[in-house]
Amino acid sequence: MLLNASGCLDALVAPDVARSLDAFVTKTVTPLPRDGNAPVRIAETDVGMLNSIGLANPGIDRFLNGSLPRLEQLGVPLWVSVGGFETDDYAELCSRLDDYPSIGTLELNVSCPNVEAPAESAAQIVAAARLATRKPLWAKLSPAVPDVGEVAKAAQAAGADGLSLVNTIRGLKLDARTLRPVLGPGQGGLSGPALKPIALAAVATCYRATRMPIVGMGGIRTGDDALEFVAAGARHVAIGTTLFSDPDAPARIRVELHAAAERRGWNTYEDAYAAAHEESLSLRTT
Amino acid sequence: MRRERLDVVANEPVGAYTLLRVRRGGIDTGVPGQFFMLEAPGRLLPRPMSLCLAPPGELAFLIDPVGPGTRALCTLDRGEALQVLGPLGNGFHLDVARPLLVGGGIGIAPLPYLSEQLRHPPAVLGFRSERHAEAASLVPNAQVCVEPTLVTELIPPGFDVLACGPEPLLEAVRAMAGGAQLAWEAPMACGYGACYGCAVEIDGALKRLCVEGPVLCAA
Repeated sequence: MLLNASGCLDALVAPDVARSLDAFVTKTVTPLPRDGNAPVRIAETDVGMLNSIGLANPGIDRFLNGSLPRLEQLGVPLWVSVGGFETDDYAELCSRLDDYPSIGTLELNVSCPNVEAPAESAAQIVAAARLATRKPLWAKLSPAVPDVGEVAKAAQAAGADGLSLVNTIRGLKLDARTLRPVLGPGQGGLSGPALKPIALAAVATCYRATRMPIVGMGGIRTGDDALEFVAAGARHVAIGTTLFSDPDAPARIRVELHAAAERRGWNTYEDAYAAAHEESLSLRTT
Repeated sequence: MRRERLDVVANEPVGAYTLLRVRRGGIDTGVPGQFFMLEAPGRLLPRPMSLCLAPPGELAFLIDPVGPGTRALCTLDRGEALQVLGPLGNGFHLDVARPLLVGGGIGIAPLPYLSEQLRHPPAVLGFRSERHAEAASLVPNAQVCVEPTLVTELIPPGFDVLACGPEPLLEAVRAMAGGAQLAWEAPMACGYGACYGCAVEIDGALKRLCVEGPVLCAA
């Protein structure tokens, strides 16, 4: 399955792009509306980009009354990403979203690098969300932890159905002339090609630790990139930063992914699932 | 919006700037003030550029080589090609009684096409050097000044102002010409509402410039 990374596509502004995906993942919804962070919010780096959007979103009330009815019209399966600042926020959001049959899956954003208040532990949030909804729950994790496999195991034990790997990691760009931060808030989340090896490692680690279904993302630009994520242990892949430069990327990557699998003698890319682990000694972390 | 790989026709110096001309392909020229995302060779993200001129069968963009992306665009040669996405955003409203075009620096980029569509109304343009001011040749019927004279000093009363330029210029125009149409700029990753990177404060709320603008009416 091919998805977008949360926050990397507005399906209501670009419905055709959303329809080119197997499921659309919303930008993270929080209990209250958020304007997001002050500009400047994005900056290109040599091998990626930084963003500091700060979870700008209309809040759950306006999402349910304004956005969701329009998203339902798209005819694309919906994943709703939810975020908050304490465990109760997640539970409340999941409980309210549970009533809407059009929503297929809830993704718990427990890893946004651009908000000040630290979210509580991923497992605690998953456990509270689990009590609040019957919908499939996917935990979106940060790779910027000592052992993402341990976090994944805890999320699994708390009732998560899958993992979204990975969110961006904190980065800083300075203006070469002034030596001051380029982004308004200072630091931001690094995405793009720079993230790919980090994301692949997280996918491989979490696959080994949990055998859970995983949406792999981080620097996927081509079908070959996507196939690497599948081989590392991702059932699904998501496109993020690449959507910014190429709204046609989902259709292209889908074709390339199938071609890349066929080139290696597989009937479908799914045959490549976890292929990297067949000689798993070489993947063991040191 | 449509994305297509377009062939470079020419890259011509215009004073301190470069006019990048590409074959139009199936891409619409749009309304003056709308913009296009141009693939910057070797860079991760495309760069937003408003259409400067629409010669038959071509799109032309005026580019100021200020960073790695714009410098790469300025060195493209005939025979090379680049991905172009557009037209994007909201352009100028052309139904104005007494148009006056106001431009500052690279902000004159959308004015040649705008001037053509409005049948060459008067224009006032400001630049930071004589070399930059050579680009004024692209805008007919223009009065030109160079710093330290500011272009706002050349704006006569009683006109419907359509302006593009750096933020201080637009703020000054907004203060002196109510109802002016102002084309703003912000860093953008996508240009089509996906990244939320180009948020600016509009009527007290942060909104995406690529969706709500880039041309906005001054309150």
